Amino acid sequence: MKEHSLTKRLSSALVPAVPYLWLGVFFLVPFLIVLKISLSDTAVAQPPYRPVFEWSDIAAFFSGLDLENFALLAEDDLYLRATLSSVRIAAISTVLLLLVGFPIAYGMARAPERHRSLLVALVILPFWTSFLIRIYAWIAILKPEGLLTQALMGLGLTSDPIEILNTEWAVYIGIVYAYLPFMVLPLYATLEKMDDTLLEAALDLGSTPWRSFWTITVPLAMPGIIAGSLLCFIPAVGEFVIPDLLGGSETLMIGRQLWSEFFSNRDWPLASAVAILLLIILVIPIVIYRDVEARRVETRP
Amino acid sequence: MRRTFAPWTDPDAKPLIRFENVTKRFGDAMAVDHLSLDIFQGEFFCLLGPSGCGKTTLMRMLAGFEMPTEGRITLAGQDLSGVPPYRRPVNMMFQSYALFPHMSVEKNIAFGLKQDGMPKAEIADRVGEMLRLVQLEKLAKRYPSQLSGGQRQRVALARALAKKPKVLLLDEPLGALDKKLREETQFELMDIQHELGMTFVVVTHDQEEAMTMADRIAVMDHGRIVQVADPGEIYEQPKTRFIAEFVGDVNILEGHVMGQESGLWRVKTASAEVPLTIDDPDEVLHSGQAVAIAVRPEKMTIQREKPGPEAVNVLTGEVWDIGYLGDWTVYRVRLATGEILRVTRANVSRFVESPIDWDEQVYITFAPGAAVILAE
Repeated sequence: MKEHSLTKRLSSALVPAVPYLWLGVFFLVPFLIVLKISLSDTAVAQPPYRPVFEWSDIAAFFSGLDLENFALLAEDDLYLRATLSSVRIAAISTVLLLLVGFPIAYGMARAPERHRSLLVALVILPFWTSFLIRIYAWIAILKPEGLLTQALMGLGLTSDPIEILNTEWAVYIGIVYAYLPFMVLPLYATLEKMDDTLLEAALDLGSTPWRSFWTITVPLAMPGIIAGSLLCFIPAVGEFVIPDLLGGSETLMIGRQLWSEFFSNRDWPLASAVAILLLIILVIPIVIYRDVEARRVETRP
Repeated sequence: MRRTFAPWTDPDAKPLIRFENVTKRFGDAMAVDHLSLDIFQGEFFCLLGPSGCGKTTLMRMLAGFEMPTEGRITLAGQDLSGVPPYRRPVNMMFQSYALFPHMSVEKNIAFGLKQDGMPKAEIADRVGEMLRLVQLEKLAKRYPSQLSGGQRQRVALARALAKKPKVLLLDEPLGALDKKLREETQFELMDIQHELGMTFVVVTHDQEEAMTMADRIAVMDHGRIVQVADPGEIYEQPKTRFIAEFVGDVNILEGHVMGQESGLWRVKTASAEVPLTIDDPDEVLHSGQAVAIAVRPEKMTIQREKPGPEAVNVLTGEVWDIGYLGDWTVYRVRLATGEILRVTRANVSRFVESPIDWDEQVYITFAPGAAVILAE
């Protein structure tokens, strides 16, 4: 009996610890390592930075750390421009994703119940092929002699090849295409739960379908809109593959900057500083969201 | 004082709502079947019937959520076909209440007024008036999730009344309330309807609710209206066996007509040795016709002593079950034929010496005027 309660107590204490343990090992420790590297100086050595942590000389180790790399980020406006450009591209992409994703999710939630699980499966279906292959496929579609141009020329809509690959438009197309499931699924989850009689009640009280959509459907779908937007905006800010493959050399994004510091310049400390900067940028919207959500729950238990 | 209100008896009165030969099909299923019905201004009208009888479809057609497959509906002379729900001078109180969860009580009530572009000050006045009407002034800032079931019901009512519609539709308005609250709310609804002089159309499957509140009741079955009448007539003069059995409790005795003697029908049944005598002069019957005799439990008397020779309609049986309800006692009496009759007796005295007990031999009698003959 006693042993029983002991194991029970142990397990009830351990179960909540599992997520913390996971986050500690796979997020907090790597984060501290990156933070440390960002405060180091670059060096032609293995590993390519100094100082390296040694138990024997902790004082010298700490005195070797400084904020030089962050100062450089602030001085060179390349990083500021890259950051702003990333946020702008991610924000526009998120809006486009909402515009494309909402009708899809709405249609799915309105579909007959027996079709819905199939529709959800179809939304997830693209994940079954490699992300990289799907992005490469877009090169074949968007390039000047590609499928899009051929189709439009065939329809007689254009006579010249259209220049879309290696522009920001190609990046938007790539992000919207690749991230769509992350927008559709949370939207679908909230829209599917919505009570249809609420819309009937709005119509009955004299609200046109269009107004009812804005006064009833959209506010009630807000948790899904926010969740979907965060799920798309956050990874889009740090996106590297899509701008690199589709955006050409002109498209400036912080993820690409990070990649080139790391692999081209072999400046690990500066790359780490960029990574920390990116993290800070992404934490802000989450904190704001949590704050808003907490206030919402407070006023309406 | 009971108001004398019966426009349906006046041949010149113009109905407010008119269903003309309305049919509604969902695929192969016939929800409403060639139905015609007039409802008058100021009426408290009840659509009563079991689930699936078409009463909700009828109401949804009036609200504009469904369109008739055939026939037409007019409101104050205006044909409603093609008029969308948001342009109809009709408001509905939903069974689930359908309160907007992201709006406070006052925002919910103001919703319909805002759609009409009413000035802000006027909206505030009207919302205040509605809150007073349903006695919810103190809860104006609350959200629906912070209210009890009864309070939500009142908000739903206030929201539907706020626009002062020509017709208020109520879909099972009291279905989600407990018994005590339901009773109170019934009377409140009647008072409010009376005060505003509005036309109320209520859908319900609860006959007690319909009986208490309605000026007239339409009993529906399989997409058709089987009887439209005031509650007393529905209860005392049911047209069919379905109505007799659906509205209230009833004992049915099956038999054959023997003939008419000095205005009273004589009916031979297996249940009684002597043919029964029934006073139902309006029925047109012929000898040998199979009929059902319907007698309400409270119109039968139960006694231990054998009735005198002058007594008519005597049945004998033994007490099968006794249910004590406080105000009433229900006896279930088994006849020799195996039929079980239900007889109720008001408990007028607190103490009864040697009350009727289980398994006792008893006599049941009823007056000729207590029964209704229903042609089979």
